[in-house]
Amino acid sequence: MQIYLPIAELSVNIFLFLGMGAGVGFLSGLFGVGGGFLMTPLLIFAGISPAVAVATEANQIVASSVSGALAHWRRGNVDVKMGVVLLVGGFFGSTLGVWLFSLLRGLGQIDLVIRVSYVVFLGIIGALMLVESLRAINRQRKPGGKRRKLHQHNWLHGLPFKMRFRRSKLYISALLPLAIGVLVGILAAIMGVGGGFIMVPAMIYLLGMPTATVVGTSLFQIIFVTANVTFLQAWQNQTVDALLALLLLAGGVIGAQLGSRAGAKLPGEHLRSLLALIVLGVCARLGYELLARPDDLFSIGHIVGQG
Amino acid sequence: MRGLFTALTVALLLGGAGEARAQALVADLSDHLIAVTTGFVGTELLLFGATDGDEGDIVVVVRGPAERVMVRRKERTGGIWVNRHNVAFSGVPSFYHLASSRPLTDITSPRVRSRHQLGLDNVRFGGLRSPRSDVAAFRQALIRNKRRDGLYPNDAGDISQLGNRLFRTAVVFPSNVPTGSYTVTVYLLRKGAVVSAQTTPLVVSKIGIGARVYDFAHRNSALYGIASIFMALMAGWLAGAIFKRA
Repeated sequence: MQIYLPIAELSVNIFLFLGMGAGVGFLSGLFGVGGGFLMTPLLIFAGISPAVAVATEANQIVASSVSGALAHWRRGNVDVKMGVVLLVGGFFGSTLGVWLFSLLRGLGQIDLVIRVSYVVFLGIIGALMLVESLRAINRQRKPGGKRRKLHQHNWLHGLPFKMRFRRSKLYISALLPLAIGVLVGILAAIMGVGGGFIMVPAMIYLLGMPTATVVGTSLFQIIFVTANVTFLQAWQNQTVDALLALLLLAGGVIGAQLGSRAGAKLPGEHLRSLLALIVLGVCARLGYELLARPDDLFSIGHIVGQG
Repeated sequence: MRGLFTALTVALLLGGAGEARAQALVADLSDHLIAVTTGFVGTELLLFGATDGDEGDIVVVVRGPAERVMVRRKERTGGIWVNRHNVAFSGVPSFYHLASSRPLTDITSPRVRSRHQLGLDNVRFGGLRSPRSDVAAFRQALIRNKRRDGLYPNDAGDISQLGNRLFRTAVVFPSNVPTGSYTVTVYLLRKGAVVSAQTTPLVVSKIGIGARVYDFAHRNSALYGIASIFMALMAGWLAGAIFKRA
């Protein structure tokens, strides 16, 4: 069954996109990742223009992070104060990101920047995940490995503007979460991701937050940052396809719920290495497209306004 | 003064009617509106008509609304392929379809083709902004890309003629057909010269929910953004609520 997407302006198979939403949703539920970093490249592979893919995916992430954040909220796993500080940075970063996006779009370089960002980040994250999961599998085989220290003090703790975050039992400079927020905001705007895959490791390793509050707090922040991206993209670039977002989130919401249930029962580390391979596969495909000589060196684009 | 004006109008109308009676060519489309609905997968229109019976050739040209197009060329930079050069064209038909009863080159001279812009090689694009010497390559690339998108179907459209009076041809519009006002022009040629031409309008328009979403997104962009966020918030909350109970 075909459906015509009003903003993407093409006719697509409804089940393909519902299925993509469900598949990525399942993976995101299973691993507790946002899924944006898989969905946006998939949309591009499916023929949606990168500009529409990025903006629409931001809209979908609003929905998926709301249901995730609510679940964490009920368990008291959201550090609101930390979330708000991250959010201030996130608003600033995402506004800057959308402005950059519009600028690059006008220059005809946005597709390239999206692709390069994906290759870089998917490559790094995929490789780290693969190494980490292989190590974990090894640890399971040989129990009794070294434990890491909970807190490590370094120069980051010498920064000014210290704030107390009771929920996370931290007393650190507000500059650090602000900076993380800005970086993640820029990525959210340009890549159409929530940024959890950057923020979660940053919160654990840079801020030293307890793992219990990390996911809930990052989801809390992602809701508002992706909402800001959705608003700005819709307003400035008219690239948010609400119908496409609805299709993806219909599939995604169900997939995520099933995924989180399945995640409780399945051997996590083996699946995590599988996810790492998927991420690296997507990265390789995007990278190949950048390196290989295109079939046609020329491409065309609309110039807004009547000819 | 008023009487004179009325008399003139009547005379004009009568004159017009007389011309219609003697018209060498009449043609019409099976539909004057293509509705791009939510289930739109492309469509086919039938163009049919009649001539006055003498021998002649028919050429049909369907042109989409003019648009401005940026053509970009990639170049290898630091190992990856990057858009480096661009040329802007204006007055580019967003859709172009040509059909003829016999191969175009057999029935027209280059002068006639150029004058009536018959065939993609003869379509004139305007407002060239770039003084580049290789503009022709960019122009060819524009046509090639449009063709790949299915918006410039190959010049293979043929017209079937019944006797020397009736003719018909099918025009196929793909699912990505641009919206706007189209012109469908039918030419009657005799001995290589255009002896009669008729233009019929055609409108491609988004209809239904898709059209409303598109209009909303473009006319009230900020409000549309807020509505999209609200929809996502509701969907996320709803999903959370449903699955909490389950």
